[in-house]
Amino acid sequence: MRPVHLWIGVAVLAVGGYLSLGIGAASSVGVADLFPPTAQDWHLLATSRIPRLMAILLAGASLSVAGLIMQRITANRFVSPSTSGTVEAAVLGILIATMFFNSTSLTIKMLIAIGTAILGTMIFLQMLQRIQHREGIVVALVGLMYGGVLAAITTFVAYQRDMVQFLDIWTTGSFSGILEGRYEPLYTVLVVGVIGYLFADRFTVIGMGESFATNLGLNYQRILYVGLIVVSVMAAVVVVVVGAIPFLGLIVPNVVTLLMGDNVKKVLPVSALAGAAFVLACDVVGRVVIHPYELPVATIAGAIGGVVFIWLILRSAKGAAV
Amino acid sequence: MITVRNVSHRYDKQVVLNEVGLTLPVGELTSIVGANGAGKSTLLSVVSRLIKPESGTVFIDDLDVQTAGDDAISRRLAVLRQDNRISARLTVVDLVRFGRFPYSKGRLTPEDHRLVDEALDYLDLQPFRDRFLDQLSGGQRQRAYIAMILAQDTDYILLDEPLNNLDMKHSSSMMTLLRRAADELGKTIVLVLHDINFASCYSDHIVAMRDGEVIVQGTPTQIMRRDVLREVFDMDIHVQDLNGVRLGIFWTTGAPVGPGPLAAEAGDTTRDEDGARRVAEPASITIR
Repeated sequence: MRPVHLWIGVAVLAVGGYLSLGIGAASSVGVADLFPPTAQDWHLLATSRIPRLMAILLAGASLSVAGLIMQRITANRFVSPSTSGTVEAAVLGILIATMFFNSTSLTIKMLIAIGTAILGTMIFLQMLQRIQHREGIVVALVGLMYGGVLAAITTFVAYQRDMVQFLDIWTTGSFSGILEGRYEPLYTVLVVGVIGYLFADRFTVIGMGESFATNLGLNYQRILYVGLIVVSVMAAVVVVVVGAIPFLGLIVPNVVTLLMGDNVKKVLPVSALAGAAFVLACDVVGRVVIHPYELPVATIAGAIGGVVFIWLILRSAKGAAV
Repeated sequence: MITVRNVSHRYDKQVVLNEVGLTLPVGELTSIVGANGAGKSTLLSVVSRLIKPESGTVFIDDLDVQTAGDDAISRRLAVLRQDNRISARLTVVDLVRFGRFPYSKGRLTPEDHRLVDEALDYLDLQPFRDRFLDQLSGGQRQRAYIAMILAQDTDYILLDEPLNNLDMKHSSSMMTLLRRAADELGKTIVLVLHDINFASCYSDHIVAMRDGEVIVQGTPTQIMRRDVLREVFDMDIHVQDLNGVRLGIFWTTGAPVGPGPLAAEAGDTTRDEDGARRVAEPASITIR
């Protein structure tokens, strides 16, 4: 990693973080009012804008890291939580939690969503092991279709229970609902992220293939499942608290590894940083374009991410080393 | 010592290994030869615990490869399969460092770094150490994989067609290197080879397989005979003795038998079939 990339990342985070704290529907606190904030301003910052900033950083970093780990353990660049059914399975889990446990508790929703995300991703990995050419774009197509099937089931169930509009909260990620006391479970991703980092070398090794992994003394399946759980927990927690942010876990790690290679230990911190910076930028843009209203972060990230995704596909179709 | 006892294996209903029994002594270079589908690669995979056979056992010294645990085996035996494409973009030096993983678990000691550097030196890879694998030629990549295996520093090294993708120069230097590893470091090396002449020139021991069975084994002198090779490969291979080295002539089906002269160089005199004396033309092509 050349320092220049690092400095760009840090600069985006600093400027974005400052803007993020300074921009909001409440015009009483603007960009110019932050130095120093009055007691009243401080109340707004502490209950709304600081939690929002933290949520942005945690969600961006963890989805990006989840995508990175997933791409490595499956040895496929087009796999990510939003192209393998993980996110859709988590949404289905939230729906189940709401229907059967009639629960408003974030913790219950989170636990069930984590469970369904793990299960959903496991099914995807099973399908993947049956595909001959695991490196190609076919895998992404299978993943997207599989996610589509899960989403259709979710919509069908929600339709029967008259809960369709309620699904939007999770399928379209947004930070507008983040308030103090409503986002703290997100900090779980820090713990899971550390576990991911401790396993970084093992993820790289199993990404070399089963015989390389066995030769180097690793149990391939076991490490695969550790990765699966790390990824599913990260994605599910973000979906429960923020909602889905499409393509983030796909494009950010891809761009980072394009520049720096696939050694997970080397690129994990940078992917986290880049993911956080990307979501922060998307969120600030979403808050500015139709101020004082705002566009959900999922819309902005989806628009940018879709374009980058197409670019990545075209690039690989041309036969570039993907 | 590698001990293989009664190993059988099938893919679907096709028997690929049939009651194979084999012992391979320590410190020698053994080549496994045989036609396509004879079971060479499967045997190598079974010995290195990459494939669990339907029946039979394999011991590396006192370790049963199926039950000893991957971690313990990985410090005793290193294996490189033939289908070894890595899709990850890793640098050469990162790849070779992973050869130390069984010991370091990712935290490399100065000793680990020394062994990594040595392996890179051995395979002439220092100029490419910071290149990504996908920026290398097929031969360089193959050497990078072998460097990783050497960095693993195990007593036993099993390689499935290590000469894959290597040109003549690198093939012969790879074999020389493996020979040196056996002679100087006392490594036990087992190779699956397609070219019987490399097997003949560099091995202590040749194991010949056919239809999932070891049909004959012995020294190169014992194996490199027309009658033996016919049984193994089902084709006529004329064997020439060149100063004690036995070479199988399999490129033409004709019979250039007998101690023929070395090929003429420019200016040599030869006699045509009708007896006319003839001076070989100087090479009419220019070599830059």
